[in-house]
Amino acid sequence: MNAKVIVVTSGKGGVGKTTTTANIGAALAKLGEKVAVIDVDVGLRNLDVVMGLESRVVFDLVDVLEGKCRMSQALIRDKRVENLFLLPASQTRDKDALDPEVFKGVVRDLIETEGFDRILIDSPAGIESGFRTAAAPAQGALVVVNPEVSSVRDADRIIGLLEAQQVNEIRLVINRLRPKMVASGNMLSEADILDILGVKPIGIVPEDEGIIISTNVGEPAVLGKTKAGEAFMATARRLKGEDVPYPKFEEDKGFMAALRRLFGGA
Amino acid sequence: MKRGRTKETLKDRLELVLAYDRAQIPPGKVDALRNDLLEVVRRYFPTGNSSVEIEQRGDMVVLMANIPLDEDSPGRAAERNR
Repeated sequence: MNAKVIVVTSGKGGVGKTTTTANIGAALAKLGEKVAVIDVDVGLRNLDVVMGLESRVVFDLVDVLEGKCRMSQALIRDKRVENLFLLPASQTRDKDALDPEVFKGVVRDLIETEGFDRILIDSPAGIESGFRTAAAPAQGALVVVNPEVSSVRDADRIIGLLEAQQVNEIRLVINRLRPKMVASGNMLSEADILDILGVKPIGIVPEDEGIIISTNVGEPAVLGKTKAGEAFMATARRLKGEDVPYPKFEEDKGFMAALRRLFGGA
Repeated sequence: MKRGRTKETLKDRLELVLAYDRAQIPPGKVDALRNDLLEVVRRYFPTGNSSVEIEQRGDMVVLMANIPLDEDSPGRAAERNR
């Protein structure tokens, strides 16, 4: 993706926006980019705990916007990955404390003054002002979608709103896919979601208990060895323009599949 | 990565983060205070087993300092040198 500023969004809550932001951010930093991940969910801060950086929060995004501290005081450097920084949301204020134009200025400052290569913005759920503010500085978007009805519907709505906001480079991250259910024809596949939404995926992440464990201890999955972590790493490589093949998650329509179905397999 | 019983880690993290949320204090500020306190204590007792821990007491977050004032403590040497 050419976009330096990418909003991670979904419309629907609970599909994995924050996990995606943390992991793609850490993966891009591992691949050598200087990355800032920004939590824009004012009042419902969570990117800090998902990344395991919660004990180091002193200042936040709203403090920067209001000039109460310098940018360098609010940015938390992740000690595990070089060149990864978190700008946390304020937990004690509400979303009205964020002005889209001022936020755009802060993001511009991160790129022009602080020299960041990539900014990932973790959007709040919903389609209201919080989302619009999060998308305001973005040239690109990662739309996180789960292979189920409400998530796909909300993703379609979000894609329309992003296009209306001139966010031009839009890619899907299909999250929590269950390969076995796709194989048995009981879950939408990558191809189905592409058919329905008309937007190309850049990542397919399988459902993985490893994500729960890595979140428990506050360590992004891409820093360990899990299926989902590998999938996020591959997504980050594609985002940088590498041609990384997808593992096969397609519906199995062959003879063996028919046999398995006959005998009550997957 | 830590294996097994990671929910214990999560529970500790959550209790602490919720205490900070309820008290509306930035956690990093308390962490910095804790480190400053420890630095001062170590100036007097360089080899002592002092600790300053962040604990939750109901709705409050408290700093608990444990500073053993031992007769044989090397801190006495520091005292004499002042």
